[in-house]
Amino acid sequence: MEKLLLVLVVVLAVIGIAQLAKVYQLSSELGKKREEDISPTSNKVNGNLLVLFMVGLFAFFIWHLVKYNGEMLPVAASEHGVKIDRLLNFNWAIIFTVFFIVNFLLFYFARKYQYNPNRKAYYLAHNNTLELIWTVIPSIVLAVIIIWGLRTWNQITEEPGDDAIVIELYSKQFDWTARYAGEDNKLGYANFTMITGQNPLGVITNEGIDAKIEELSDEITKTRARLANEILPDSKVEELEDRIGMRGRQKARVMNFKKSDKDFDVANDDKIVKGEFHIPVNKPVNFQIRSRDVIHSAYMPHFRAQMNAVPGMNTQFTFTPTITTDSMRMVLDDPNFNYILLCNKVCGSAHFNMQMNIVVESEEDYKKWLSEQKTFVAPEEETEEVEESEPEAMATDDETN
Amino acid sequence: MSATAESHEHAHAHHHEKESFVSKYIFSQDHKMISKQFLVTAVFMGIIAMMLSIFFRLQLAWPGESFEILNFFLGDKWAPDGVLDRNMYLSLVTLHGTIMVFFVLTGGLSGTFSNLLIPLQIGARDMASGMLNMLSYWFFFVSSVIMVASLFVETGAAGGGWTIYPPLSALPQAMPSSGLGMTLWLISMAIFIASSLLGSLNYIVTILNLRTKGMKMTRLPLTIWAFFITAILGVLSFPVLFAAVLLLIMDRSMGTSFYLSDIYIGSEALDPVGGSPILYEHLFWFLGHPEVYIVLLPALGITSEIIATNARKPIFGYRAMIGSILAIGFLSFIVWGHHMFLSGMNPFLGSVFVFTTLLIAIPSAVKAFNYITTIWKGNVIFTPGMLFSIGLVSTFVTGGLTGIILADSALDITIHDTYFVVAHFHIVMGLSAIFGMFAGVYHWFPKMFGRMMNTKLGYAHFWLTIIGGYGVFFPMHFVGMAGAPRRYYQYTDYAMFDGVADLNVLITGFAIMAAAAQGIFLFNFFYSAFKGQRAVQNPWKSNTLEWTTPVEHIHGNWEGALPEVHRWPYDYSKDGWDEDFVPQTVPLRSDEEEH
Repeated sequence: MEKLLLVLVVVLAVIGIAQLAKVYQLSSELGKKREEDISPTSNKVNGNLLVLFMVGLFAFFIWHLVKYNGEMLPVAASEHGVKIDRLLNFNWAIIFTVFFIVNFLLFYFARKYQYNPNRKAYYLAHNNTLELIWTVIPSIVLAVIIIWGLRTWNQITEEPGDDAIVIELYSKQFDWTARYAGEDNKLGYANFTMITGQNPLGVITNEGIDAKIEELSDEITKTRARLANEILPDSKVEELEDRIGMRGRQKARVMNFKKSDKDFDVANDDKIVKGEFHIPVNKPVNFQIRSRDVIHSAYMPHFRAQMNAVPGMNTQFTFTPTITTDSMRMVLDDPNFNYILLCNKVCGSAHFNMQMNIVVESEEDYKKWLSEQKTFVAPEEETEEVEESEPEAMATDDETN
Repeated sequence: MSATAESHEHAHAHHHEKESFVSKYIFSQDHKMISKQFLVTAVFMGIIAMMLSIFFRLQLAWPGESFEILNFFLGDKWAPDGVLDRNMYLSLVTLHGTIMVFFVLTGGLSGTFSNLLIPLQIGARDMASGMLNMLSYWFFFVSSVIMVASLFVETGAAGGGWTIYPPLSALPQAMPSSGLGMTLWLISMAIFIASSLLGSLNYIVTILNLRTKGMKMTRLPLTIWAFFITAILGVLSFPVLFAAVLLLIMDRSMGTSFYLSDIYIGSEALDPVGGSPILYEHLFWFLGHPEVYIVLLPALGITSEIIATNARKPIFGYRAMIGSILAIGFLSFIVWGHHMFLSGMNPFLGSVFVFTTLLIAIPSAVKAFNYITTIWKGNVIFTPGMLFSIGLVSTFVTGGLTGIILADSALDITIHDTYFVVAHFHIVMGLSAIFGMFAGVYHWFPKMFGRMMNTKLGYAHFWLTIIGGYGVFFPMHFVGMAGAPRRYYQYTDYAMFDGVADLNVLITGFAIMAAAAQGIFLFNFFYSAFKGQRAVQNPWKSNTLEWTTPVEHIHGNWEGALPEVHRWPYDYSKDGWDEDFVPQTVPLRSDEEEH
């Protein structure tokens, strides 16, 4: 079937080109007309087409507005989102107006003032009043847009208060993990050097530091022994020496954690969840966003929230959800509706499917759900769960041991 | 000035005698030939980039479906059973963007028309340095070849998006196409930048030094003003991209950590600490935003010229037009941060960029209104070039308006990196610039090839292209407002995008139509170059100097002495003259005011 279509396309293309050549020859032979002499008929037809096109464009636009209105992002589900939408609607009002008026003037004038040999164009080189008008009016409109926009932006990016619930969104190719700060509302410290199969976020704990130092020292000793005892090709020797250097630097980094006076115990009540995370309605939530590998972006469209996740730094976004998942399901009349977190910065082959569900619920339900989650230092079962989702990491870790 | 021109004349007399095939057609130092070389190369690059877009549009419209055509072009590795591979999808998107932005709309547009028109419209024998000019083309050619070759690499062409943000682009562990494909991308771009700099320097020097007698800066056609500012933007911004590319090459191959820090990938904690990907973003967009105007300004310049000529009316507000080009050029250097509102940059810094970005709307509005006023009470002839120019004004306005939303950091939070952005920049800079390029080709084809393009086919091409162009990019606003992120291989994993799935089919339909319509252009272009009607000297009854040169190209452009300029280029339908145009070479009458 498809082959047939392909053949058909090729045949049509050949016929098309032949026809083009014919049209070409005919039109150039017809009365030996010069190509640059545009006949009054041509001019008229094109003038009419311009206006017709304009009507079509406007109709196309309105058709979109009518048909797809229900498919756009639904009502904002966060406090600041409502402000964004209000500002957006104001912008739309201006843009629609200018879009219609300017396109109308352009196409209408083009048709109206089409060539007439009995008329001369109006020689008008400039007019300062006119030019002043269309410099000043856009300036005033823009001033309003800028001031309103910046006020909204400042409100959104204000530092969160102490009452904001701290949640970490941790990204890697190609999934999200959420970490709750626990009773103390303080996230435990984390560093990429500490990442293992059992500790996918690299959370620093005192025990973890010791284990890591031991593991790295072990590897360095073993590799040294290998270099001393085995006969290896030069390239392998170089590789092993590089690895010793690298592990040494990592060890130094971990030793520094040991020296620091940070309280790593704040990590002990942290809770790590995957697949879906919950937040309480009407409470500000401060998201701390991190990445393990490449740049990702935490995009929560229903809450009008987005912030990049950048390896090597922490970013944050704070919002207050205002509509529970259940209410939104009623509003949209869609029992399967879910808020989602998407990745919105290209991050590799499965970028298109890096999502996590978000559940907004009452504070009691949220507390109940959270109490059912395990804390960071309840290793046994936790480990297994992580192991399953991290088969690759585990495998390699075993190898290096 | 005149001394230089004289010595030039001598040099050219010399040249005339020993012109072989190679020195005339291949390693030519004649600006007219170089211009044609740029154009033809850009046309081929355009065809490739357009085909790439059709490939990924098929996947977006009918995700996961099998297309024999994909298998035919991409092979079993990248389209097994005709289904597009995920990594290949990203490579296609990346190369489509890179080729269109740099090779078609920068190299192609500036390279073709700056080269053709600068010497001809300012009354010079050639570019200041024919040698640099030739090198500029050949660097461009080599970089084009490398970029296209990268499509055939086993691990795939670069796939991190045309902005190639590290660490994704720095680490082959992150995606296979960040291996050799990315290396070739970087090499190609480094050479491309060299080409662009050689060209730009030449344009600036030529415009400043080789203007003929009487060609004051305030008598330059707006095309030249646009090319002039474009070249300055290029000289100031491309080196920054060059730095970014070099640092990325060092991060990739020499173990530095300019952009890398705290990375754990492939089950291993990597060495680099202390670098920042944000640094790359700053360097990239410091070029990236002026680049938008490097693409757009030449198109606007071409349009100014064509609209005035075909409306038989002076361009309205000549000085305001120059002022707005200068303002846009200046502002374009202090707005790059609007690409980075959500990068983790300090929000206050974001506010500054909101302010500067929205300011650009003012000179842009001035330009749009001035175009419309030029048409108002004109005597408009709808040549294909004129139609494309009118199309440009429409897309410039339509696409520019949505920029107001994207420039507002608060609003950007919702639609950043969604299809709304794709719609915005494709209309305002993609369609507008390509319309400007088509307009220029139709208008100056007789100057380039000494023949006319077929007008009827030009009309068909225009109408199908503008319908197709709006048809492709207009619906994308709505896909974006539904929250659909860009650079997704498919949307079937999200119930929330089901409602706009049929829009994706519609878009692909229009894309195929628009692509097919380009076949008409290609046919018209190549057929006319050899078989078209022979051109007369000044087919459009235009005022500018290029139409005073003979139809057949000669080295040195003018047979006798260089023409002398007595007036600005926009004396169309001036009172007191019988004809509705007065070429720049005609002296002012004793009682005539300049304008």
